[in-house]
Amino acid sequence: MSLEAMARGQWGPAVVGLIIGLFLLVFLVAPVVNVIYVAFQDPNTGALTLINFVDFFRTSLFQESSINSIYVALMSVVLASCFALPLAYFTTRFHFGGALLIQTLGVIPLIMPPFVGAVAMLLLLGENGSVNLLLDEWFGFTIPFMEGLNGVILVESIHYFPFILLNLSASLNNIDRAMEESAQNLGASGMRLFRRIVFPLAMPGYVAGASLVFLKVFDDIGTPLLLNVNNMLAPQAYLRISSIGISDPMGYVISVILVVFSLLALWTSFLALRGKDYATVQKGGGGLMKRDLRPWEKVACYGIVVFILLLVLSPHFGLAILSLGTVWSFSVLPDAYTAAHYLRVISTSSEFITNTLLYAGLAATIDVVFGTAIAYIVLRTGLAGRQWLDYAAMGAVAIPGVVLGIGYLRTFYQFNVPIIDKPLASWWVIIVIALAIRRLPYALRACMAALQQLSVMLEEAAENLGATKGRTIYRIVVPLMSGGIVAGFVTSFATASVELSTTIMLVSQESDAPLAFGIYEFMQSAAGRGPGAALGIIAVVIVGIATYVSHRIIQRKDIQRTPDMAVVTGV
Amino acid sequence: MTSENAVGVVIEQLSLAYDTTDVLKDVDLRIEPGELFTFLGPSGSGKSTLLRAVAGFGPTPRGRILVGENDVTRLPPWRRNVGMVFQSYALWPHMSVRKNVAFGLEERRTPAAEIPKRVDAALDMVGLLELGERRPSQLSGGQQQRVALARTIVVEPRVLLLDEPLSNLDANLRVQMRREILDLQRALKLTTIFVTHDQEEANTISDRIAVLDDGVLQQVGVPMELYDEPVNRFVAHFLGTANLMDGRIEAAAEGARFVAAGGIALPLSGEAHAASENRTAMFRPQDVAIAAPGETLPGIILTGRVQHREFLGNLLRYSVAIGEDTLLVDDTHHPGRRAFAVGEEVAVGLSGEQVRILER
Repeated sequence: MSLEAMARGQWGPAVVGLIIGLFLLVFLVAPVVNVIYVAFQDPNTGALTLINFVDFFRTSLFQESSINSIYVALMSVVLASCFALPLAYFTTRFHFGGALLIQTLGVIPLIMPPFVGAVAMLLLLGENGSVNLLLDEWFGFTIPFMEGLNGVILVESIHYFPFILLNLSASLNNIDRAMEESAQNLGASGMRLFRRIVFPLAMPGYVAGASLVFLKVFDDIGTPLLLNVNNMLAPQAYLRISSIGISDPMGYVISVILVVFSLLALWTSFLALRGKDYATVQKGGGGLMKRDLRPWEKVACYGIVVFILLLVLSPHFGLAILSLGTVWSFSVLPDAYTAAHYLRVISTSSEFITNTLLYAGLAATIDVVFGTAIAYIVLRTGLAGRQWLDYAAMGAVAIPGVVLGIGYLRTFYQFNVPIIDKPLASWWVIIVIALAIRRLPYALRACMAALQQLSVMLEEAAENLGATKGRTIYRIVVPLMSGGIVAGFVTSFATASVELSTTIMLVSQESDAPLAFGIYEFMQSAAGRGPGAALGIIAVVIVGIATYVSHRIIQRKDIQRTPDMAVVTGV
Repeated sequence: MTSENAVGVVIEQLSLAYDTTDVLKDVDLRIEPGELFTFLGPSGSGKSTLLRAVAGFGPTPRGRILVGENDVTRLPPWRRNVGMVFQSYALWPHMSVRKNVAFGLEERRTPAAEIPKRVDAALDMVGLLELGERRPSQLSGGQQQRVALARTIVVEPRVLLLDEPLSNLDANLRVQMRREILDLQRALKLTTIFVTHDQEEANTISDRIAVLDDGVLQQVGVPMELYDEPVNRFVAHFLGTANLMDGRIEAAAEGARFVAAGGIALPLSGEAHAASENRTAMFRPQDVAIAAPGETLPGIILTGRVQHREFLGNLLRYSVAIGEDTLLVDDTHHPGRRAFAVGEEVAVGLSGEQVRILER
């Protein structure tokens, strides 16, 4: 901190910035660097070497896993686009009854861990699932929706297509009508108009969403593991560490490869968006010119929309039926219905629920506190190196959960927490920290957007009337940012409650486990599916209630429009 | 609420740069206690930056700013006690009008019992007593402006700073508000600095005006003086339409005369003019008379041709080509007055007393 910064009363932000920087250094940078370092280290001698990578690429299982991961991620992007494109285009382009409902329903898949849906999908679309049983009975053939990689692709694309839907809709809505009108005025229409104006303007949003889908699918471990597809990279990393041990170099090599692909995906998104901040909306409302559909078009559009919605919501339907069914096997629907699963999980597994509320609540609190502080430091102070706080916090986006988990195990296993006399890596607090680091980018973007919308004049007016910087933050900045802060809290909370890929590495005893882990454990056995599904529904309800309540709070606050798009993209 | 002991503001050798761009260069000003003083200049002239420097916002300047006896140059904004009304009003949207107005008092640890009384008094002063429970978003632009004023004067600042306070109001309201601000300032005897780019606004409201351009102080004076006796082309232009001609002064037996580069010669009167190169003659369009050729006109008579004509309601503005020079001529309009057509030959008359000579 410079002397001038001190003279200008910036020692407060400087101290806070240092603390946050230290936190990020210890719990984000150090573990990741450690993982990368180990990947390049000879397991016996400790010397730097490429031998682990050579081994990796020589092992046929890893070759196959790499190809599978890339194939699944790419195909998921394709399939997710098939779901997202019609929904985005119809709702932004035409006068379409229920457009808002469609957009809302389209986001629902996000609030459930993808692997939870996987089990329900097996029962609905699997080899002996409801649909194939009916197909076989009526037409004498079945479709392998859920066979091997197909299952992973289907579940992942259903789960993550909202990223494309939201980004693409935002792009389309941001195109000013005048863009289209001036093109028409100059003689363009129909396909030419679409190709030369609408498509290029919407492209950055699509690419941003698509690369996010790629990244998420590439990093997911819960879905392939539950579908018993182990020959993919992220599950392999987990399996190597959990079965062979923390010293096995392959887990680290895979981690490095996962990070590289994450960075590639983010870089693609960055390239797509760079210099293309097409905020073309002028005064007086934006969005493309909407036109009315002819009756037959309407029927076709609604048909497509309903089909897509049924498909993407099928995990929820399936899960609901599963949670209420007695036995559901080799039959279209369960034999009978019962509330027993709910009673069972509530009486025996309520600690999963309380743990989740505690962990996700604490993590989201840390995230909005840090997010607000970083936003203020970056946007409102002249501290040297302030941008690095932003970069470091956002860097968490590029770190897959399993990599962070491995990094924590490796880095903090030797570190004993004094009073409780336990390694930090197996203390429940480490789960909270991991969740906080993983979700910080979401909260940070929300806080940044909220502060950016806030005119500096409002703060200057307070200072002019005698309020110090601290008082101004307390009385003006934070209250006016509250919409963004609440949005950031909810996004962090909701996504942290369903997080599995880091926690699966860090849960050391069942009593510390959060919901997602509990569901995963239940789902391992056929008998546990009912209770697992009940837990899954409870998770969805918790996240749903949290989201709804926060929306109400934000609306009541009557604060400026919350930057929900920025929240959802997280990049 | 009256400031019995109004204080002056002294700005000494003030320079200020954003990164490497100089925004203010060696500004020296002395604002008298109780005066309504205006910073006038185009956008980018540094007038708002100068005002913000007085309030303590922006980069720390070189030089000194004194409010009364106190050197405030290095004080943070919250310890300066100079009340600022922002161009956008900067009312806090999450607080009611009353809460907005009470804010400064609360921050000053004013006894809780006293705050409502003073808030009432301030709101009463701007005529908004009954709107105290409203949110800023429920008020019109003019009402928001009054709340911003009340919020500032309630803390009894030593100096009132107004940053283009009227620019967001429509034309009628602007005229009304500037009267109200002037009345309020007179009633409170509060030293006030007013920033505007509108010379009419500056002329009507100010005791004195400082004209700024490109971060440099051009001239300080009472409005009429600036209009009549500008020291340079910029001031002459900025305070109204002007005819400006480059040329030289020649001494002659019958008195000095100005010879424009285009060849027009104007006799000069008044104080003695020494022969010199590189001078600019300035005179206002309304000081030039126009008539059909051959009619009698005062002063020296030149003939030319009408190039353009603009009807401005109260007057007709001609531009008349005379040789290589072009003169702007304002002719008062009233029904029945003859209007000259574009292309028509006319005579224009100008007397030497109206011509000011500026250094170039």
